[in-house]
Amino acid sequence: MNERQNPVNYNLVTAHIIAALIFLIMSITAGLLYSLQFLNHYPLQGIEFFSPGRVRMVHTNAVAYGWLLNGLLSGMYWAVPRTSGYPVLSRQLSWLIFWFLQILVLATAVGILGGYAQAIEFGETPIFVDPFITLGLFLLATNFIPPILKSSKDAPLYVSLWYFIGALVWIIMVYIMGNYIPQFFVPGAAGAAITGNYIHDFVGLLITPLGWGLMYFFVPTIIKKPIWSHTLSLMGFWGLAFFYPMQGIHHFMWSPVPMHVQYSAVVASIAIEVVVTSVLANFIMTLKGSGDYLRTNYPIRWFYTGMVFYWVTCFQCAIQSTLTAQKLIHFTDWVVAHAHLVMFGVFSFWLMGIITELWPRLTGKEWYSHSLNGWAYWLCTLGIILMFIDLTIGGVVQGFIWWGLNPFMDSIRFSVPFWFVRTLSGLMISGGIISLIYNLSMTAKNKNLIKPLIH
Amino acid sequence: MKERFSFIFIIAGVGFFLLGFIFQMLGPIIFLKDIPMKTIDELVKEDINSEFYQLSEDYPVEFKKAFGDPSPVTYAEALKLGRDTYIAEACWHCHSQYVRPVANEEVRYGDISTASEYQNELQMPQLFGTRRVGPDLIREAGVHSNDWHVAHFYDPHSVQPDSVMPSYLWFFDENGRPNKKGLSVVTYVQWLGNWKRK
Repeated sequence: MNERQNPVNYNLVTAHIIAALIFLIMSITAGLLYSLQFLNHYPLQGIEFFSPGRVRMVHTNAVAYGWLLNGLLSGMYWAVPRTSGYPVLSRQLSWLIFWFLQILVLATAVGILGGYAQAIEFGETPIFVDPFITLGLFLLATNFIPPILKSSKDAPLYVSLWYFIGALVWIIMVYIMGNYIPQFFVPGAAGAAITGNYIHDFVGLLITPLGWGLMYFFVPTIIKKPIWSHTLSLMGFWGLAFFYPMQGIHHFMWSPVPMHVQYSAVVASIAIEVVVTSVLANFIMTLKGSGDYLRTNYPIRWFYTGMVFYWVTCFQCAIQSTLTAQKLIHFTDWVVAHAHLVMFGVFSFWLMGIITELWPRLTGKEWYSHSLNGWAYWLCTLGIILMFIDLTIGGVVQGFIWWGLNPFMDSIRFSVPFWFVRTLSGLMISGGIISLIYNLSMTAKNKNLIKPLIH
Repeated sequence: MKERFSFIFIIAGVGFFLLGFIFQMLGPIIFLKDIPMKTIDELVKEDINSEFYQLSEDYPVEFKKAFGDPSPVTYAEALKLGRDTYIAEACWHCHSQYVRPVANEEVRYGDISTASEYQNELQMPQLFGTRRVGPDLIREAGVHSNDWHVAHFYDPHSVQPDSVMPSYLWFFDENGRPNKKGLSVVTYVQWLGNWKRK
């Protein structure tokens, strides 16, 4: 098949999905291990290379760069040629980026475990890996921008491509800003303003727009209906682009960062909730009349569950970033619950939906088991809900213990039951992910070829 | 036009990001530019912590081997290595480094943090922290003795039975006495808030 007929490189999409799943396993293993430290049952106690603090950084970085970025790229290599009508710049460059990314994620993991972490959240990649990641991000933009640019000369661009353009441009600036300025030029409170924005922008200006771009592509193609309102799509994109870069400081409320900057971050954090609600309304109205897909179609189920969680996290964000709520919940497990709902409940759910949608097409095989798909969905959904509720309540308990001037150790003693339930919920999530991965591998080995559909 | 590449690239991609950068990041840099930034050498000129001298007396052999004699030069070296260890072990994920003016924190920890305390090389990148599994450390200087810290790093449960902190055996040599890393990290923790000590 030549490139004019099929601009999508199936092998590349498959490779990114497999790499993503490998790093997902690495990440949940690290997360589960780390959660055992809170129960004083860490199995690798006293080994420098697997110190819990270092394992925690592997957990977050493997999720962000290994799992989410790989997974989102697999979706992009599928969606960009199809929405723009042109293949990406070069097959060789695509494979180069693929191997580059895997090597960098592994180098990051080894560097962190070896004790070379950088003190920037979600940027713990060792300082000597940073330049290579910057280079990789430039290569990424070089690969994806040409088809979008060509397509823009033909006709107005589809919504997904707006988000992709944004993400590709933003992440370069965000990465350079967040990893170099606070490390080498700006100390203290002003540096905190930059790292706060980096944490927020990494999720908000890379993962979120790529995720939404893929939703705008996959939801209409699966339910075979256009998005409900173009105006709301426009509002959603431009609202995100305008408000997201202005709220990072809500990570450091009541800190020595100048107070009026903190106020402005609160305003932007509340404003984004309006935008998010408009996007959600757009997608819910798109599904109107096709609700049966939620019952029969696993990808749509993953997508819309993720969207509901997305709305919950953003609603939470609008409330928890206020100075009043921050008095109680800052530095508690509430924030951990929020972060897990965002990274797992939203973006990982979307990715699992995308993988579920693409896998039979990539392998050309029928599903090995539909019930395992159901197990994966329900274990992950119930697991993340349990974790979220558990840690949120735990966070409030910790906050009140500190505020009430109880002995500090009370906050540990009272948290242990919550941490125990957190480990259980982590096991549930792991069970869901394992059933998905087992199903994927058995499907690939399946002998039943998919029946060609005409549409 | 709203759906064309160049418009999205210039306005949303570059423009809005720069707007955010100006408001959220350039702002704080400009507001804080009059507070002088101190290097480590300038910090150690102000004061050498008494705990640092005490470490040299409590662990003379190890201290001699790691640093030689206590002086501004070796103090600076210990602070820097201690800070790097604090980062490598991700202490900052479980211990914050700022006291907020709310939720009775000034009663629990001490003086409320101000921006000038953080304008120095040891806060580059800043170590405000993300979570308080353990207590805040920015007023830690002198709260506990050196011996307490050494025991705590070796086995946290020995001094704090309910602690969930891991032990850091690689801060110690084969005799169970602190090595260079261990001495440095104790020095760093004892330095935090030294300037506000009462």
